[in-house]
Amino acid sequence: MTIRQLSVFMENKPGYLNEVLAVLARNNININALTIADTSDYGIARILVSDPQLALDKLHEKNFAVRIHDVLSLEMGAAPGSLYNILNLFATANISIEYVYAFSYGSKSIVVLRTDNSEKAVEVIRDNKLKSITEDDLK
Amino acid sequence: MSRDAMRKLQDERLRELVARVYNNVPFYHRKMEEAGVKPSDIHGIDDIVKLPFTYKQDLRDNYPFGLFAVPMKDIVRVHGSSGTTGKPTTVGYTKNDIQTWKEVVARCFTMSGIDSHDIVQVSYGYGLFTGGLGAHYGAEEIGCSVIPISGGNTRRQLQLMADFGSTVLACTPSYALHLADAMSEFGYSLSDMKLRVGVFGAEPWTVNMRKELERKWNITAHDIYGLSEIMGPGVANDCIYHNGLHIHEDHFFPEIVDPETKEPVPYGQEGELVFTTLTKEGIPLIRYNTRDLSSLYYDKCECGRTTVRMEKITGRSDDMLIIRGVNLFPSQIEHVLLDLQETSAHYILYVDRKNNLDTLELQVELDENKLTDTIRDLQNLSRKIEHALNSAIGLSVKVTLVEPKTIARSEGKATRVVDKRTKE
Repeated sequence: MTIRQLSVFMENKPGYLNEVLAVLARNNININALTIADTSDYGIARILVSDPQLALDKLHEKNFAVRIHDVLSLEMGAAPGSLYNILNLFATANISIEYVYAFSYGSKSIVVLRTDNSEKAVEVIRDNKLKSITEDDLK
Repeated sequence: MSRDAMRKLQDERLRELVARVYNNVPFYHRKMEEAGVKPSDIHGIDDIVKLPFTYKQDLRDNYPFGLFAVPMKDIVRVHGSSGTTGKPTTVGYTKNDIQTWKEVVARCFTMSGIDSHDIVQVSYGYGLFTGGLGAHYGAEEIGCSVIPISGGNTRRQLQLMADFGSTVLACTPSYALHLADAMSEFGYSLSDMKLRVGVFGAEPWTVNMRKELERKWNITAHDIYGLSEIMGPGVANDCIYHNGLHIHEDHFFPEIVDPETKEPVPYGQEGELVFTTLTKEGIPLIRYNTRDLSSLYYDKCECGRTTVRMEKITGRSDDMLIIRGVNLFPSQIEHVLLDLQETSAHYILYVDRKNNLDTLELQVELDENKLTDTIRDLQNLSRKIEHALNSAIGLSVKVTLVEPKTIARSEGKATRVVDKRTKE
């Protein structure tokens, strides 16, 4: 139901993201999804990779501030309204979405999300039999 | 008063002072025993060099009232300033001290050409800070009409200045400049104002800054010097010739000492400014080292006054910053960060001046364990640090989180402060 996501602290400097990407490239780590939350001074890059633990170790070697967090990941249908239908279940259960992003992997459409109440979110997923994505699904 | 007559007065007052603190302040009793000096060894002002120095740390160590020389029933007022450990340094005044304070501030204002016809807008902060009430009492003593508006609220400052026809402005020089520049923004011009004199202090400022203020306000601007430990504003002031600041040496005896050796320096040479409060009753201080850098001149001024003059303060011998009139030591920042335990204690403080107001930006290294995947947590962290700093040092600071291990570590003294304020 959850997958490991890298959260990398990004200073607002030219070329900073590329330095992170260079570490991943050199170690043959594949990126499945990447999104950046930004402020005027810094950002957080959220990255899904083929080998989170290796990426964490290699980024630490280069003194990046990085941690691994577990995030919810679900498979969506390909039809219009799929994301709406999923998020509507959370809204009805009075769960706030902290952030959400979506990507495609092969023929799958995948949504990753962080809520303000993980336990309740897991209940919603179980009760509605939503289809989870595991890290194995992304290999 | 001739220099000889002044000397005689100082001789008498020092003898009386030394006997008083020896008998009434355990701290000085002990310090004098350690230095092997007794009140009977002090025959006159030249013997002052036998006495031990007093430092700001001594006030902190004896917080709050340990250095007071009279019982609290005789103290009628307490003032204070912030200190490195979050403890303020406290000073107390007897009725006579308040009378002396009024007198010396009144002298400063008179020296600046102010009289009972003037309407004085006191835009120094009122409260524990000595600026507001000090200027207030001095102006009242002369018989001026006093507007106790205190600091802040620029629009109202300008409105009352125009409506009341204030002729004198008393505030920090940077705030005076800010007010001048804000006039057009709020729809005022110089023709709406009757200002003719400015008495500015509580932070060091240059001759160029004086000229700029005089031009922008069409006034004559005077520098009033003081510090709460000695009295508050009113220790010294420059006359219309601006040849240094006349020190009220019948109350505050000045010396200049070498910052390294603490030995008196030759005539006219720069060093640390040291004051002995010859008449103060509440918290008399012997050879208090201000850490301000200045020099002294004893020749007669063009204005006819014979009192000793001090050079405008040129800097500090320690790392104390003066931000909008508030004293700030970088170590205060460190204390707050160490207390919070939310970040590393590696930081750089950027001091700048925007629209003539000092600004502070603190770059501090993020602790990786506090890194989460949401921006909000990091923003809450910055805000938490900003709040803690604000309540500890009384200044607003913008906190910026930076990557761990990116702030340079140096072998010796780390660069903790970058002061980008223009030095004219």
